[in-house]
Amino acid sequence: MDFNKNHFDLFGLPATFALDGARLDQAYRDLQAEIHPDRFAHAGEAEQRLAMQWATRANEAYQTLKKPFERADYLLRLRGIEAMAAGNTAMPMDFLMAQMEWRERLAEAVAAQDMTALEGLERALRAEAALHQSRLADELDVQKDDAAAAATLRKLRFTEKLLADVAGAYDDLA
Amino acid sequence: MALLQISEPGLSTAPHQHRLAVGIDLGTTNSLVATVRNGVSVVLNDARGHGLLPSVVRYHKDGSTTVGQAAQAQAAEDPHNTLISVKRFMGRGLKDIPDAATMPYQFVDAPGMVQVKTVAGVKSPVEVSAEILRVLKARAEAALGGELVGAVITVPAYFDDAQRQATKDAAKVAGLNVLRLLNEPTAAAIAYGLDNAAEGIYAVYDLGGGTFDISILKLTKGVFEVLATNGDSALGGDDFDRRIYCWALEKAGLHAIGDHDKTLLMARSREAKETLSEHAEAHITAVLAGGELVDQRLSEAEFNQITESLVKKTLAPTRKALRDAGLAPEDVKGVVMVGGSTRIPRIQAAVGEFFGQAPLTNLDPDKVVALGAAIQANVLAGNKGGDDWLLLDVVPLSLGLETMGGLTEKIIPRNATIPTARAQEFTTFKDGQTAMSIHVVQGERELVADNRSLARFELRGIPPMVAGAARIRVTFQVDADGLLSVSAREMGTGIEAAIAVKPSYGLTDDQVAGMLRESYAYAQDDMAARNLAEARVDGRRLLEATRAALEEDGETLLDERERAALATMLAELEAALGGDDLAGVKRATEALNRGTVEFAARRMDLSVKKALTGHRLDELEI
Repeated sequence: MDFNKNHFDLFGLPATFALDGARLDQAYRDLQAEIHPDRFAHAGEAEQRLAMQWATRANEAYQTLKKPFERADYLLRLRGIEAMAAGNTAMPMDFLMAQMEWRERLAEAVAAQDMTALEGLERALRAEAALHQSRLADELDVQKDDAAAAATLRKLRFTEKLLADVAGAYDDLA
Repeated sequence: MALLQISEPGLSTAPHQHRLAVGIDLGTTNSLVATVRNGVSVVLNDARGHGLLPSVVRYHKDGSTTVGQAAQAQAAEDPHNTLISVKRFMGRGLKDIPDAATMPYQFVDAPGMVQVKTVAGVKSPVEVSAEILRVLKARAEAALGGELVGAVITVPAYFDDAQRQATKDAAKVAGLNVLRLLNEPTAAAIAYGLDNAAEGIYAVYDLGGGTFDISILKLTKGVFEVLATNGDSALGGDDFDRRIYCWALEKAGLHAIGDHDKTLLMARSREAKETLSEHAEAHITAVLAGGELVDQRLSEAEFNQITESLVKKTLAPTRKALRDAGLAPEDVKGVVMVGGSTRIPRIQAAVGEFFGQAPLTNLDPDKVVALGAAIQANVLAGNKGGDDWLLLDVVPLSLGLETMGGLTEKIIPRNATIPTARAQEFTTFKDGQTAMSIHVVQGERELVADNRSLARFELRGIPPMVAGAARIRVTFQVDADGLLSVSAREMGTGIEAAIAVKPSYGLTDDQVAGMLRESYAYAQDDMAARNLAEARVDGRRLLEATRAALEEDGETLLDERERAALATMLAELEAALGGDDLAGVKRATEALNRGTVEFAARRMDLSVKKALTGHRLDELEI
């Protein structure tokens, strides 16, 4: 078993941030159709164990490539850059100020039990995330500016953390 | 002495045999067994023509049991020893059962899982469930005329690891080979999906006797992909019964009543609920032990009013599941209703309102789970006809570890597709620390105390270092049954210490073995004969699997020497299977297991290549 293949190679996809989602889905399903443990439930022990390892590997690769943040982080690591390593935490002041404002909006919406405000915040954050993603595509695939991409990725993480907190707030309101 | 027959490698010895496999719905209220016969999934009935087996077990003084209708009918006569809805106790401690006080049982609070004192001794919910499974197994073997290769047993999607492990243990005690634990909503989707050739997003709303599940699935070209699941493993039809029961007590001006009366009145409440699914009103009539008469008329409107909060309680998880899947109610193409409790008109109306469409109810909500499980069992047993579809299921609740300050660090997030593995590194807190305590928890909350504790174990032998220098890598693996195993390893110095845990909340392997011995003592079954029979089943399965593999790929993937070596091992196993020597069967099986490792690896690589080449061909066509 070749566990050294990278996630892109595993699915026969080019190692770029821009990704054909339908092709990824198809390749993932084709692979699972062959190696999923359900295919080997009546097989010998060795095949059952391998099937579980392969299916685990396919799931990990698919989950990594499917999510834009994970995909960009993985791509950078393939290029030798640990964008999320501790120490890489300095962020521009204006960005941090904007973060504080988002957080305040979230706290206000929760305090007021205001579902509409929460939904508005979520839409705005999704637009923000989409902006970071299109920037990542440019920096990673076109400009090949990995340092800039790493900085954008860190911003995307802030946005995604906020989105997760918004989701948590929905649960609390519901 | 008869000469041993050795077949030529690559040639099958017997025509392809249909392997006997069943799907079992081990329900809170009722349990069922189904199988695929002539390509159609059917529920197997008992001798009297009943498909549903009430999940009721009565223990007698001599250790024997009555299971099903008979036990249910006599429940009020012997409430302490008649266990109803035991599924609610699987993998649960006493503190997890909020309404324990209203039940007629003498609970014993054992570590990890509650037990019940009966006239036949203290019983674990695992043993009680095993009694139900044993009856279904016997029913299936009588109907199918042979030994079962295995069973798919369904569990609520929202069951946590402790509840899943308890279910698997119960199967082991009942002597069933578990092909897979399958989530109930997914099983229902299989039954529906294959019948209706559905494509798109489906929601499965599953309100059983004691559990509620909501699953959001995407169906595409034969792939059933669970996108999100949510629910409440302590909410079900029983709660509706209890609401009626409390209402009737209050109306009748009664407070404390005896256990006989509790059981009687609960049964009447259940009947009233069922009546209300067909009629506008129901009567709850019972003469209690002290001669008091309970006679109350319950209208549908009143029933809806006293149970409205329960209906609402199912919609919150439904909303969460949709949000986790990134979908809105209008994205859902169909809503499948599962579980007897979905017959309640108010529930059908509420679900219809929420999704903006009438839910699908064309399959019997009591049977659909077992029917789907049987279809999956048929495929897993290796019978032809099902290799054109695939199930991708998920972990229902996040899995994590306790870190400093009693906080939960999530390792595997909820709704991760299984099987899955994730590793994370931790370090020591104090200088010279040589051991680390690892506490595994499941749940979404930040504080460990609010989540379920699954297991604790210690990693010892860490070389003394300054705080923060050791690197402890903790790996979580969730298998295709949704069951977790955890291992930890010290990486920093190259000295490795690793431990694999079977979560400690439930039962140890020894305890399960003990139950197995005990149950056979009552069943007057010969344990040794049983062990041999099981070893033979395992050996034969491997023999057949290896022959099938050789037939497919032996010529291309193995050279002559390798084929000859396998042929020898096959012959030795076949010879051992013909004898009565348990150790010999196990030895020959193990030898063949080891001998096929390399062959298995080559076959798997070929499968991967096949998947990817197929993929490239598709692209060329575009």
